[in-house]
Amino acid sequence: MSDVIIGTGKGTAVGAPQPDPNTPRVNYLNVSHTLSSWLLTKDHKRIAMLYLFSISIFFAVGGAAAGMVRAELMFPRGSLLQSEGYNRMFTAHGVIMIFFFLLVAIPAVFGNFLIPLMIGARDLAFPRLNLLSWYLYMIAGTLGVTAMLFGGVDVGWTFYTPLSSMYSNGQVTIAILAAFLAGFSSIATAVNFIATIHKMRAPGMTWDKLPLYVWGHYATSVIIILGTPVVAMTLLLVVLERTFGIGFFSPELGGDPVLFQHMFWFYSHPAVYIMILPGFSVISEIIACFSRKKIFGYHFVAYSSMAIAGLGFLVWGHHMYVSSQSMYQGTVFSLLSFLVAIPSAVKVFNWCATMYKGSVWLASPMIYAISFLGLFVIGGLTGMYLAAMATDVHLTATYFIVAHFHYVMVGGTVTAFMGALHFWWPKMTGKMYPENIARYNALIVFIGFNLTFLPQFVAGYLGMPRRYHYYPAEYQPWMILSTTGSTVLGFGMIVPVFYLLWSLKKGKDAGPNPWGAKGLEWETESPPDPHNFHHIPVVTAPVYDYDAEAEERELQGEN
Amino acid sequence: MGNSWLTFQPEKASSFAGQVDALFYVITALTIFFTAAVGITILILVNKYKRGKKADRSNPVHDHQLIEAIWTFTPLVMALAIFVWSTNMYIHMRTMPKHSYEAYVIGKQWMWHIQHPNGIRENNELTVPAGQPVKLTMISQDVIHAFYVPAFRSQYHVVPGRYTSMWFTPTKPGSYHIFCNMLCGTQHSEMVGKVNVLSPKDFAAWLDKSGNRFTETPKTLAQAGEQLFNDMRCGTCHGVENTERGPSLHNLLGSTRVFTNGATQVADEDYLRESMIDPFARITKGYSNTMPVYVYKKQINEEQIRNIIEYIKSLGTTKPASSQPAPAGLR
Ligand SMILES: [Cu+2]
Ligand SMILES: [Cu+2]
Repeated sequence: MSDVIIGTGKGTAVGAPQPDPNTPRVNYLNVSHTLSSWLLTKDHKRIAMLYLFSISIFFAVGGAAAGMVRAELMFPRGSLLQSEGYNRMFTAHGVIMIFFFLLVAIPAVFGNFLIPLMIGARDLAFPRLNLLSWYLYMIAGTLGVTAMLFGGVDVGWTFYTPLSSMYSNGQVTIAILAAFLAGFSSIATAVNFIATIHKMRAPGMTWDKLPLYVWGHYATSVIIILGTPVVAMTLLLVVLERTFGIGFFSPELGGDPVLFQHMFWFYSHPAVYIMILPGFSVISEIIACFSRKKIFGYHFVAYSSMAIAGLGFLVWGHHMYVSSQSMYQGTVFSLLSFLVAIPSAVKVFNWCATMYKGSVWLASPMIYAISFLGLFVIGGLTGMYLAAMATDVHLTATYFIVAHFHYVMVGGTVTAFMGALHFWWPKMTGKMYPENIARYNALIVFIGFNLTFLPQFVAGYLGMPRRYHYYPAEYQPWMILSTTGSTVLGFGMIVPVFYLLWSLKKGKDAGPNPWGAKGLEWETESPPDPHNFHHIPVVTAPVYDYDAEAEERELQGEN
Repeated sequence: MGNSWLTFQPEKASSFAGQVDALFYVITALTIFFTAAVGITILILVNKYKRGKKADRSNPVHDHQLIEAIWTFTPLVMALAIFVWSTNMYIHMRTMPKHSYEAYVIGKQWMWHIQHPNGIRENNELTVPAGQPVKLTMISQDVIHAFYVPAFRSQYHVVPGRYTSMWFTPTKPGSYHIFCNMLCGTQHSEMVGKVNVLSPKDFAAWLDKSGNRFTETPKTLAQAGEQLFNDMRCGTCHGVENTERGPSLHNLLGSTRVFTNGATQVADEDYLRESMIDPFARITKGYSNTMPVYVYKKQINEEQIRNIIEYIKSLGTTKPASSQPAPAGLR
């Protein structure tokens, strides 16, 4: 597949000497080409590629569902679908994007690929468990998508009872079992990461030399392990009530419908951090590299992820200000919600400050990172309207919420995912993509995104409920604007598929370190050898050991 | 809702609307300010320290305690100020007023059913007077719904199995959207209606001619409840005095009940409702489980339960309970 000749990037002492420069170097991609060598692989890098492939497909399906929803909303009385179909469509969009893309994407693809490389290990601690995670994920995803596309589920990704447990007659049980399995896939991955980060760091790789990327994934894994079992059991209780009539949530069976919301959000608020912390960790790497600076306030950024992981479990009630929770309870949840926002805000300031006295290179990953900063700031600040109880009463469950969490989840996580993809693609494949197209495309994504979701803030403030198939005509202008934006955004998401695939065939060889980045992963070949390192590296340099001034001096060829 | 092509502001039609909007605009100002501040800072830094551009890059800073402290505490103080402001407002919104016009809302897939104390019933329409607090006591017959009136900036869930309540003071006569704002099944987006706010004079006239729906004077809810009470022969066991078979219902609401298992509870509307549909859930001390089965759930619907509660209410309350009788003249 690749005929890369060994590169001689800085610090390649770990690369093996090649006996014959004309024999293609063995890397993890070309080591074997059989199907079974992929499907039974225990190599974390190959598993990451399996994930990248499957996640892209689920993302495409979820995106197509979003396209249908947006097309439908062009008109106040719909156009293509009946209400039943519309409800199924937004449920499919939500369930696929959350359970099979956002919760999984960055950890399973880039976490898998990079954590061992970044800490100087040959693989994750439990390679077989890692492969099992992927199979669980695939079974879950296939089951879920089949249930939703062919059977239909219309209860929204939140599965509120008693609608989901007693009244809906779609394939709710199968969809729930799919989410349940996907949860166990995540738990297995998280256990693997935690064990790896604790036990397999190279000599000299102390905790305060860990890249922030690894810190972020560590915090994420802790949340996954603490939270996912709760939602898994909650969803199982819904299935028990639905199939066997055992009362947990339905008042008809002596249950409490609001109990479900407490248990669901106990996980699903922290789940927001499962989705965004890996995004933060990507942004830290990109900004450090393309500013040639150590992240400002490294310790703060590292520990604040842990603080977010802990505090994030104490704010779930902010989803329930209008759902028969006492106002005193609401007050506590509101206060804690404001507090948990502060560490995220400070991270943003730290990232900005990193550029100060740096050497800022506007390569495509950096454009995604900067666009992340802008969008995440809006996503975070609009969280204030919703942490504040009085405004939340008006805005909750309207398009304002939809806009807010898309700014966080798409503006944040998906933008970070795109940044990661562009940053580490050369490492993963050994090839460069056309940089200029990538940069302009990043701009298109940014513009399309804002055009899609800014109008939804206004529609929400005007009182337009989410999950409405038919809506009063006065909201139509905002819906048309949003749908227009989503077309641009969709275009921007498709273009990379083409140029990245193109790069596999025709792209220039990347060499070990095309960005001049620091970090152990850049000291391996691109694509890395099957076992990453020939000799386990000994880490002596500090983390993010950049010197912007020296590099500029060299670049400008003066002084 | 205005006839310009683009509307930026929802209508303001309750006493909450102005307060909520003030908070909304302050948060909006902060959002715009900080977004602009971050955006401009990034642009300046990117431009000044662009790769290959001459700039002073000596002595880079990687940590600065004071700066970290400043940009931690500034947003913290701001957030706490918003929190205090918002929480006060919310507590005001969630504290039911002492005197109000009270109406009863039943949500079901996919319609709103409204009962007025004097017996007027409405579907997907709620007629209320301007200038006076209106309290809604709500329950769902099936799944969770949410009663949302954007023009009032007011919303609350309508839950099966328990009463919830909300209140607002309409300020401007007119007709405003009611949206069900909690996904409730296939025709969720058609579970919409209108609040008709009438001037006090028009409202009184509307009540007099029994709304738009009836020509004969309907029974009040309490009267309807009394009739149901008699039809179902509840009086055989529940009289003016405690009888051997059942406790008295006089002055029941608001009294403290002692149960056979020793637990106690103040009798509120949720308790009355539970006692009708599931009398054996908690049995009053000194009695046994003899209430006939036909009263159970499904034998009696939420409307009828409301009627009987109103009848029990009319038999006196022990102390001011959560629901207040409507001002004289409206019943
Ligand atoms: Cu939350
Ligand atoms: Cu509804």
